[in-house]
Amino acid sequence: MRWRLLLINLALALGAAVMLLPFAWMLSLSVKEEFDIFTSELRFLPEQWDWANYYEAVTTGHVGTFLVNGVIVTLSILALQILTIVPAAYVLARKNFRLKPLLFSLVLAVLLIPPQVTAIPVYLMIAEAGLLNTYAALVVPFATSAFGIFLLRQGFRTLPQDLLDAARMDGAGEFYALWTILVPQLLPMIAAFGVFSVVVHWNDFFWPLLVINRIELATPPLGISIFASDEGGNDVGPMMASATLIIMPLMLAFLIARRRFIEGVMLSGIKG
Amino acid sequence: MSASDHLALAASRPAAARHAAEPLVANPGYLLPAFALLIVFFLLPAVATFAISLTDWTLGGRAFSFVGLQTYRDLMGSADFHISLANTLKLNLFVIPASFITALLLALAIHNAAKAAPLWQTVYFLPVTTTLVAMAFVWQWVLHPEIGIVVWLLTRIGLQPVNWLNDPDIVLYTIGFISVWQLVGYYTVLFLAGLLSIPRTLYEAAEVDGARGSLDRFLHVTWPMLGPTGLFVFIITVIKSFQIFDVVRVLTRGGPNKASEIILHTMYQEGFVFFRMGRASAIATMFFLVMLALTLWQMRLLDRRVHYG
Repeated sequence: MRWRLLLINLALALGAAVMLLPFAWMLSLSVKEEFDIFTSELRFLPEQWDWANYYEAVTTGHVGTFLVNGVIVTLSILALQILTIVPAAYVLARKNFRLKPLLFSLVLAVLLIPPQVTAIPVYLMIAEAGLLNTYAALVVPFATSAFGIFLLRQGFRTLPQDLLDAARMDGAGEFYALWTILVPQLLPMIAAFGVFSVVVHWNDFFWPLLVINRIELATPPLGISIFASDEGGNDVGPMMASATLIIMPLMLAFLIARRRFIEGVMLSGIKG
Repeated sequence: MSASDHLALAASRPAAARHAAEPLVANPGYLLPAFALLIVFFLLPAVATFAISLTDWTLGGRAFSFVGLQTYRDLMGSADFHISLANTLKLNLFVIPASFITALLLALAIHNAAKAAPLWQTVYFLPVTTTLVAMAFVWQWVLHPEIGIVVWLLTRIGLQPVNWLNDPDIVLYTIGFISVWQLVGYYTVLFLAGLLSIPRTLYEAAEVDGARGSLDRFLHVTWPMLGPTGLFVFIITVIKSFQIFDVVRVLTRGGPNKASEIILHTMYQEGFVFFRMGRASAIATMFFLVMLALTLWQMRLLDRRVHYG
């Protein structure tokens, strides 16, 4: 039994080495000088620690700009999503009206549509509206989420009616009661959705590639790809420093709040 | 009318009449923002994609005409599109089983790793949290044919260096490997959840019935009990595998010589490099049909799961 356990952990450690290899190599290259990179000698630690790559990543690479853009875009999307999803999900869950089955079918239908399929017409709309190369182009198409409505509708259905009645008794308006009494009950679910949404849009490459071609407006994945093609992809040290800075925020969030983070990311399995 | 009167009235009426008494819509102001956006940015565009696919429209060209299914026929007869389809199929046939089997083995190992289990779960999940485009550039240097660490290791143990991203026979598998690397931790967590839900008593019962070895237990308890999870994970691997795009776009652009050209990349090229919107929309529509079939299948499974739960 002891041997079996040892063997299992040994195998997992071997696999882990493969999983972690690119991270180790990225960090290593990010602190190496050029002569240290283009050599057939292999060293993980540099001959001379060189932080200039990080400096170059931020100055000529504009990594700071991508990170700020990433934060602005993902948080704007999330804020708009919560504002539109919460009232719609609440009404679908708690009210009876004749259009309800139709509206709920509409939500389910949208769940079936992969983002690549709507890209062409949405691109044409954005272009027609003169919004190419704006934050609006990155944010507005994702201002609501069928998946979020679907998820929160289930959440609202689980809440006891008493909760709402109590709020009404106090004379609170419905809208006020919704946000101050019901929404706090669903915070864990909303947090999971928030993680899901931020991870998806921080990492999204396809859509920004279509609507943005100016480096000042690029989100992290698009930004690093523009940097790579501008520099011919051979500025290895600064590229690796950029990659490190770009993956750091989500990775730190994951390491700090592991369970929450996994919960949120795993939602994408239901979404597809 | 008080609430109780209302209830009594509703109970005395036949169902149809009660239904008619419901308002057409409740709280329109609550529904409008979300549903207006869903219709404008998802539903109508999906329909428009199909409509555009029936035309020969190119962006910038003023006039265009209705060509029916001609674009689909052209695509089916095009040698380039055949290459793209074949590559997509080849990539999927590598990525799907590789992800599935690796994730299953990892989950079984982590499930039995005792105290170290949370550590391994964290390590294997780490790539899931990363921006794939950034990590694609990292892999480019890890796999570099002259100064990459993989080539250094290969030559150390006496093997020939491999040009992972420029050899037409290998490039698809390199892209597949990077995709598996990124998502295998995700599937592993799904399997781990499935494993956790298998009651301990089943293993004890199996032992009483003579299932002593770990293979016996796997075949008679774990695998049958894991069946629904397995099917669910399988469908997600297929969906994610069809959606591979980022690595191809930033590292190979379909090359060398179309060896890594896959349908999503072809769609991107047709629509946004050559501006042939009709063609790109036809590819998007076909892509949609495949994904639709897969997602409907997946939803049916989820539904069944909910009923069991």
